[in-house]
Amino acid sequence: MSAASYLVPLPVIVPLLGAGITLAFSHHPRVQRLATIITLSFVLGVAAVLLVLADRDGPQVVHVGGWPAPLGITLVADRLSTLMLCVSIAVTLCVLLFSLGQGLADQDAQTPVSIYHPTYLVLSAGVSNAFLSGDLFNLYVGFEILLAASYVLLTLGGTSARVRAGTTYVVVSLLSSLLFLIALAMIYAATGTMTMADLAIKLPALPSGVRVTLEAMLLLAFGIKAAVFPLSAWLPDSYPTAPAPVTAVFAGLLTKVGVYAIMRTETLLFPGGRLADVLMWAALFTMLVGILGAVAQSDIKRLLSFTLVSHMGYMVFGIALGSQAGLAGAIFYVAHHIIIQTTLFLVTGLIERRGGSTNVGDLGGLATVAPGLAILFFIPAMNLAGIPPFSGFLGKVGLLQAGVDDGGVVAWVLVAGGTLTSLLTLWAVSKIWTKAFWQAPTPSVLARGGGGRSRKGGTAMLESGGRSNREPALSAAMVAPTAALVAMGVALTIFAGPLFGLSSRAAADLRDRTPYINAVMGATT
Amino acid sequence: MTGNVVLILVSGALIAAGVYLLLERSLTRVLLGLIIMGNGANLLFLVAGGRAGGAPIVGVTDADKMSDPLPQAMALTAIVITLGMSAFLLAMAHRSWQLHGHDEVQDDFEDRRIVLRAERDLASEAYQDLGGEPDDAAEYHDDYADDGKGDR
Repeated sequence: MSAASYLVPLPVIVPLLGAGITLAFSHHPRVQRLATIITLSFVLGVAAVLLVLADRDGPQVVHVGGWPAPLGITLVADRLSTLMLCVSIAVTLCVLLFSLGQGLADQDAQTPVSIYHPTYLVLSAGVSNAFLSGDLFNLYVGFEILLAASYVLLTLGGTSARVRAGTTYVVVSLLSSLLFLIALAMIYAATGTMTMADLAIKLPALPSGVRVTLEAMLLLAFGIKAAVFPLSAWLPDSYPTAPAPVTAVFAGLLTKVGVYAIMRTETLLFPGGRLADVLMWAALFTMLVGILGAVAQSDIKRLLSFTLVSHMGYMVFGIALGSQAGLAGAIFYVAHHIIIQTTLFLVTGLIERRGGSTNVGDLGGLATVAPGLAILFFIPAMNLAGIPPFSGFLGKVGLLQAGVDDGGVVAWVLVAGGTLTSLLTLWAVSKIWTKAFWQAPTPSVLARGGGGRSRKGGTAMLESGGRSNREPALSAAMVAPTAALVAMGVALTIFAGPLFGLSSRAAADLRDRTPYINAVMGATT
Repeated sequence: MTGNVVLILVSGALIAAGVYLLLERSLTRVLLGLIIMGNGANLLFLVAGGRAGGAPIVGVTDADKMSDPLPQAMALTAIVITLGMSAFLLAMAHRSWQLHGHDEVQDDFEDRRIVLRAERDLASEAYQDLGGEPDDAAEYHDDYADDGKGDR
C-alpha cells in the first residue's frame, strides 16, 4: 500500500467529519460557513491530486480496515472515478458559495441554516463514497448516504409544496434502493462476493440466464436513480420545488451517480452484456420523451428538469455502444453535463430573484434590464444545446461519431434521435431566451429592478414593491459563484483536448478491465 | 449452494404484501409497505448466506461449520438504513397531516393542470405562447390560479 492510497478515503471521511463539526456549531453560522468551505476546498485538492496520481500510476486502492479484497470493503480511485470526483466536488463547492451568498442576501430569514451545512456535507460524502467504492454493498451505502441527505435538503423548511414533491421523490428513491438491495442479495447468493473486481472474475462462470437477471436488476435500480426512461417521471415532478442551490446540486450530481453506476456495471461486471440493445432504446426514448416534455413547459425550472432527463439519454447511449469512442464520449459528456446543468439551475435562481418568477409568461426584457444575467444564461444555454464551439457540441459530436462508427441500424436511429434532441434543446432554451430576455420588460421585472442598472441593490428596491423582506437585486456573492461555473463550462471547451484525452484513457481502462482487477485483487496476494 | 425454501417463500410473500401497500395513496401505508418489503429483502440476504451454521468465531466453531457472517453484516446495515428512512418518512407523513389534515400523496400541480386543460379541450400553454387562443386560455389561467390558492 503506497503512501498515495492514504489519500483515497479522505473525500469520504473529511466531509463526514466536517458534517459533525458543523452540527456541533449549529448556533454559530460563521463557524459553519467557514468549516464547510474549508472542508470542501480541502477535498477538492485531494481529488485533484488523486486524479493526477490515478492518471499517472494507475488505480489507487485502499482496503478499509486492512481486510483483504474479497472480504473487506475496498475503495478504488481510478481515472473515471477521480475525474467524476473532481468535477462533482468543484461543482459542490461553487453551489455552496452560491447558497452562502443567497443566505447572506436573505439575512438567513428563509433557510434553516443550522441543518443545511451538515446535510450538504453528508451529501458530498455520499457522492464521493459512491464514486470511490470498489464494492457493490458499499456503493449501496454510498447511495443511501447521499439519498438520505437529499431527502432532507429537498424538504427543507417543510412547506406544503416541498412535502408534496418530497413524498414522490422519497418513495421512488426508497423503492429503487430496495430493488438494489434485492439485486445485491441475488448477486451474493450467486457468487458469494460483493467486491466488484472479484465479481468481474466470477460472473462469467455463471449461466447466462442468471447473468442477465442480475444485470437487469442492477440496471433497473440504477435506471431509476439516473432517471432513464421509462423510470424518469419522478424527476421533473420533484426537483423544481426545492431551493435553487439544492435543485442545482441535485441536477448536477445525483443522476450522474446513477449513470456512473450504470457505466461500472456495464463495463466491469457485464462487458458486452445482452441488455445493451435495451439500453439503446431506453436512451432514445429518454432523449426524445424528455425533450418533448421540455418544449411543452413554460416554467424555467421544470423545463430544465426535462432537459436534464433528456440529456441523460446521451450518456446512456455512449454506455450502450460500449465501444472505446462511445465510452470516452459518455465520460466527457458526464463531466460537461454536471457543470452545465448545475450552472443553468443557478442562473435560474438568479432569474427568479431578479424577475420574481421562473415562469416565462411573467418575465420579459431581462436582457436590457440585466445584461450581465443575460450573458450568464446565454453561454451555458447555448452550451447545453450543443452550439459549436462549446463543449456540449464537442461531446455530442464525439457520441454521434461513435454511433456512426458502430454502424448498426439501432445506432443510426440513435444518431438521428440525438441530433433531433439537440435541435429541440435549442428550441427549448431559445424559447426561454426570447420570452424572458427579449420582449418588453414586464411589470414584475421592472418593479423588482428599480430601473435596475445597479446590481448591488439597496433599500430603494424594497420600497418599490419587492415581495416581503426579500431583496430583489442580485448580490455579488451569488453572481460570482455562478460566473465561476460559467467560466468552468467555457474552460471545458478550451481544454477539451486534454479532457477528451483523459476520457479516452479512462474509457480504455474500462474496456481493458485488467488494470482495475489487478489493482484490487493483486494487492492481496 | 442450497437455499432454504421456507425463507424464500416468506420473503416472496413479504415483498408481495409490500408492493400491494406501496400502491396505496396514504403515506403511512406506503411506509408500512416499504418496511415490509425491506424485511423481505433482508430475508433474501439470509438465503444468500447459504446453509445455517454455528457462530463464525474462530475457536468456537470449526471453520467448515461456520455460517457466512458477511450477509448477516449486510442485513444488519440494511436494517439500520431502513430504520432511518422509516423515521424520515414517518416525520414527513406527520408534517403532511399537520399541513393538510391527511397524509395522502397528492397529484403534481402541473400534471393536474395539464389534465384539466385537456378535459376542457384547451391548447397547451406552449402553443398559446406561439400566439394561439390567447383569450380563452388567459381566462382559464386566472380561473385556475384561484383554484390553486383555494387548495393551499
